[in-house]
Amino acid sequence: MEDTATLDHSADVYEPSLTPDSLGKLGMWLFLISDAMSFGALLAAYGAIRAGAAEWAPPSEVLGIELTAFMTFLLICSSVTMVKALEAIQNGNQRRMCTFLGLTILGGVIFLGLQAYEWTHLIKHGLTLTTIPHHGLSGAEISGSVLFGPTFYTITGFHGAHVTGGVIYLIVILIQGLRGNYTAEYNHKVEILGLYWHFVDLIWIMVFTFVYLL
Amino acid sequence: MEHGHKEHPKYMRIFWILLVLTILEVLVALPFLKQVLGTAITAILLIGMACSKAAYVALYFMHLKFEKKTLTAIALTPFIICVFLVFMLLPDLMEDARHAGMETSASQTVESSH
Repeated sequence: MEDTATLDHSADVYEPSLTPDSLGKLGMWLFLISDAMSFGALLAAYGAIRAGAAEWAPPSEVLGIELTAFMTFLLICSSVTMVKALEAIQNGNQRRMCTFLGLTILGGVIFLGLQAYEWTHLIKHGLTLTTIPHHGLSGAEISGSVLFGPTFYTITGFHGAHVTGGVIYLIVILIQGLRGNYTAEYNHKVEILGLYWHFVDLIWIMVFTFVYLL
Repeated sequence: MEHGHKEHPKYMRIFWILLVLTILEVLVALPFLKQVLGTAITAILLIGMACSKAAYVALYFMHLKFEKKTLTAIALTPFIICVFLVFMLLPDLMEDARHAGMETSASQTVESSH
């Protein structure tokens, strides 16, 4: 146990060149970087449309913050369970890893459920691709560009698709984990999965701020 | 085990930091505080808090702090490119905003100005 920990540690710091493990990690990082630019472009486009509009309905009136704040909290929690899963398998505890992966999946699924609930609610309320509601959540009259809907659904939908992909990815790794594929020595795939999941969390932090709070 | 401990940052501490920052964000975004602080200060505060949250996630959860420095440089590129993109869009935004003031329908403005 002590030997492996020391070995892993030295491999992280003094790694001379690309190994199959670090290659996978680098691959994921490169994918995430290109993905970050897609999100960056979407958010920049949103900013441009919003700044260019004569009037923009206040997001807090149209969308509401309470539920989304809870969704943010949920994703942060699922990030923590993800790092706990990785920590567990690095200490060689397979059962603990599977439990935490399961909790992470649960967090992701609840997030998706809440997003589906939120979307249905908003569509019923009148926020569609071509219309915005006449009244805000507080009952006050609101008006603004109809581009509110398309930008909102594009950005949150793109993120939701990432969460969906992440949940499938988590399930695949969990099944492999249940089969006992991962050990204290062999677990870089769990770490790579973690990178993806934390990235989805990171993007949501940005989306939450730019789309809901600002 | 000692090494193992050294490698893992205190994840729960990061969790609490993220939680507190999220609560602060929601508080700052409250309509009446928004009015007191003004749009510009609110925006700066919110973007600042969002970026620090993102930094905590990347540095600790994604272990960027414990990787080679080259990876940090690679990971920063999209951020720099996005900031660059916003500055590239700024002249257009000013233009749009000016036009938008003259016209009545916002959606028509965006469509017709391109």
